[in-house]
Amino acid sequence: MRLADTVSVQERDAHAPGEDLLTIAGRTLSSRLLLGTGGFPSLELLAQAIAASGSELVTVALRRLDPTLTGAGRGHGRSLLDVLADAGVQLLPNTAGCHTARDAVLTARLAREAFATDWVKLEVIGDEDTLLPDAPELLRAAEELIDEGFVVLPYTTDDPVLARRLADLGCAAVMPLGSPIGSGMGIRNPYNIELIREAVDVPVVLDAGIGTASDAALAMELGCDAVMVASAVSRAQDPVAMARAMRAAVKAGRLARGAGRIPRRTYATASTPREGIAEFGDGPLAHD
Amino acid sequence: MIVLNGQRSDMRAGETIAAALARLGLDVDARGVAVAVDGEVVPRAEWQSLALDENARVEVLTAMQGG
Repeated sequence: MRLADTVSVQERDAHAPGEDLLTIAGRTLSSRLLLGTGGFPSLELLAQAIAASGSELVTVALRRLDPTLTGAGRGHGRSLLDVLADAGVQLLPNTAGCHTARDAVLTARLAREAFATDWVKLEVIGDEDTLLPDAPELLRAAEELIDEGFVVLPYTTDDPVLARRLADLGCAAVMPLGSPIGSGMGIRNPYNIELIREAVDVPVVLDAGIGTASDAALAMELGCDAVMVASAVSRAQDPVAMARAMRAAVKAGRLARGAGRIPRRTYATASTPREGIAEFGDGPLAHD
Repeated sequence: MIVLNGQRSDMRAGETIAAALARLGLDVDARGVAVAVDGEVVPRAEWQSLALDENARVEVLTAMQGG
């Protein structure tokens, strides 16, 4: 199948020697794209999108087991965990839907039991409409989980001071939003994202709000170490093609950041020299 | 009466978490499952032995697409 061939070629490329690596809490990743598993219409599409994205770290949620569920979760065919195991990815459990530090801490502990990982993408939501983080609860939960030995990656607002507080507590990375979850509005405050990059020594993973590939490239150009996408891929008209686009965008943005962009100027600066330009018409000769 | 995943069940005090799992079609070896009772995590090692109290609230959670 043509699609599968394309994916396998890209997979080899992702593990090419000499590629710059991302290290979070001592673990090395060759992909700077984190993928959320939410919103994919089928596990088959999820599996194909993971392969196309090259992502090695994917989020997973914990929810009540529904005994009537026969599709994605259990019953016929492969389960979500089967698909993720086959993909060879590391799981990053999230605490999505938690509104208090207490609930988030308990969810993280349950995730550790369920998935045998200390890693957690810590989300503590403070508002139902915007799904913006609740900063005081987030700090409280982060502190407690770090005390319990968790590797904490907090979903945070694009506030450089809050990001620094989280890093100072011992978070393994910070995950500032570009704009609200699932909004696709891109990076509303690029200036703050640059300030966050300067404010902390841990990896900065732009999370939430990415709408399309140019948003992911911008995140990397601003100095982010990685980008996390979920809805932008899973709800795209062609999730697998968008996963491929995001992968290329993250690489392009990373390369551009390293290359050093030109400064912005108000007026044009000619790239072709004026010297030696031909003169047409009846102006005076140069030696007259 | 025991509350299982937010619903009253006809389980009784003294039954184990393994019994609760069985009602959901799971055995104690099920992968990617975690259990909380009254807001505390119950490690897998205790699923066969821990007896539930009357009115215990049991949450059985598993992997779901998200984030």
